Amino acid sequence: MSAMSIPMPLRKPAAKRGAAPVAGLFCALIVLVAIFAPWIAPYDPDALDPLNAHAPLSARHLLGTDDLGRDLFSRLIHGARTSLAGPLIVILAAGTAGAILAITAAWFGGWFDALISRTLDVLFAFPGLVLAITVAALFGSGFVTPVAALSLAFVPVIARVMRAAALRERNLPYIEALRVQGFSGWHICVRHLVPNLAPLLMVQAAIGFGYAMIDLASISFLGLGLQPPAADWGLMIANGQPSILAGFPQQSIAAAVAVVITVVAFTAVAERLATRFGGDHAPVR
Amino acid sequence: MLQFDDLRLRVGGTPILRGVTLEVAAGEAVGLVGESGSGKSMTVKSVVRLLPPGSRTEGAVRFDGVDVSSLDAAGLRRMRSRDVAMVFQDPRAVVNPVRTIGDFLTEVLRDQGVGRTEATRRAARALSEVGIGDAVRRLHQRPYELSGGLLQRVVIAAALLTGPRLILADEPTTALDVTTQEEVVAILNEQRAARQVALMFITHDLELAAAVCDRIAVMYAGEIVEVLPAAALHAGARHPYTRALLNSRPGAVAPGERLRTVPGVPQSALTAPPGCVFADRCPHAEARCREVRPVFDGSAACHLLEAR
Repeated sequence: MSAMSIPMPLRKPAAKRGAAPVAGLFCALIVLVAIFAPWIAPYDPDALDPLNAHAPLSARHLLGTDDLGRDLFSRLIHGARTSLAGPLIVILAAGTAGAILAITAAWFGGWFDALISRTLDVLFAFPGLVLAITVAALFGSGFVTPVAALSLAFVPVIARVMRAAALRERNLPYIEALRVQGFSGWHICVRHLVPNLAPLLMVQAAIGFGYAMIDLASISFLGLGLQPPAADWGLMIANGQPSILAGFPQQSIAAAVAVVITVVAFTAVAERLATRFGGDHAPVR
Repeated sequence: MLQFDDLRLRVGGTPILRGVTLEVAAGEAVGLVGESGSGKSMTVKSVVRLLPPGSRTEGAVRFDGVDVSSLDAAGLRRMRSRDVAMVFQDPRAVVNPVRTIGDFLTEVLRDQGVGRTEATRRAARALSEVGIGDAVRRLHQRPYELSGGLLQRVVIAAALLTGPRLILADEPTTALDVTTQEEVVAILNEQRAARQVALMFITHDLELAAAVCDRIAVMYAGEIVEVLPAAALHAGARHPYTRALLNSRPGAVAPGERLRTVPGVPQSALTAPPGCVFADRCPHAEARCREVRPVFDGSAACHLLEAR
């Protein structure tokens, strides 16, 4: 062979990659902030300082203080923990359950597939947020209940897409070839089906993460999630409401901006993953 | 070693096979030829019970005297992994596209408890046996890096790797470039002959079947109409359908002349008439051909031949 090199468009030019790299960096930053919150936050997020309530933005208090004199910047940083952990748990739980249901349904087919698919359809027809609110109202607010309810609500969202993909994959000739080689269904599923579906599952999880975050923030905002004095973005938006009327909107604004930017960043990364792995299955909402 | 005993197959009520009787001896190569939809693939797939959902079989396929349909899940898996191997039409479709050639080749061995190094060593040897040099590098490549012909050779290597006694080849060259077809078939046949492995070879190509196989079974509309020694394909063909097929070969007419065809429309097992399946296209058909189904006498199923 000659030493001639053919330029291959392996990397897209920066302009075509869009905002994904920036968004990715931001996501990484947010995650780091959440992990190291106690070391980054300049103040104890729960330390009251009534004499210093509604302090304006300053070098000492970057975002000022709330109506009880708590440092808003510190609360925002600590809020990242529950605000990220909630959606993360939802996605891990719903992703695992959804993928298992989808693959077993696609693999066995027949009445088993029909049973799982119809059950998921029924669940799918019920809006996730409403389900989570109902469950929280019935079983009490807090962190666990809304997260558990929302996990359940996200199962059909992920399972639907995964089942369609698993069904297509299952009918490819290489699966038949593996069966002729005498491999068990378990071996084929675990060693071939799951790894080949993993990129799509990852995309689904990344897209779902943004939605789960908004839903959990909404639940907190409605007072059915974490309770005061917890530092949580959704809760901060709600708690800042009275202060808006008093002329101090920074708490609600800061928390709302944090939610929006984080969701946008995760979604941008998810969409980039989706185009990268060819899984153009945006979850239907 | 392998016996089809009046095998009948229906899929969801639709007849696919209408009584296939055939024997394959150990080390023997049998070609299955026939038009599309004549049931060649289903005949072969029934050996490893690779049938579509809703299939109902009558009659039996016996491997070493054991009815395949009586095997339990473990027995079926054992037969599939140790005794029988299959080579499919399109090598690119039957290899997991994201795994390496090495993964593909060693997977069965690893599943049977062979150690990693030993499995890799045997995979590399298998590759060189099918004429792939540079085996170690190939083991690390992925399917898309190999040409179709090369990949089919990998599939053949995988088929031979577990030391099967029967290879089922379902049109193994149809998806390949014409220039590599011959080579791939030659390697398959050479390797399986050297190991005394029996072969069922499905093809549309009569010449190819004659070159590779010991015997040729001609299928039409879900039944076998004639079985004859490959050497006697041209001289010994007795059934009108086999003769019509031989007449339709491009080589049968002078260059520039119009190719001959078998008149009429191919029957399927579904539309098969009560009499002989070939009666409506047969130039010699008589009244009884349309009414009474001819009995397969071990070499052909035709009323006109019985008379002689």
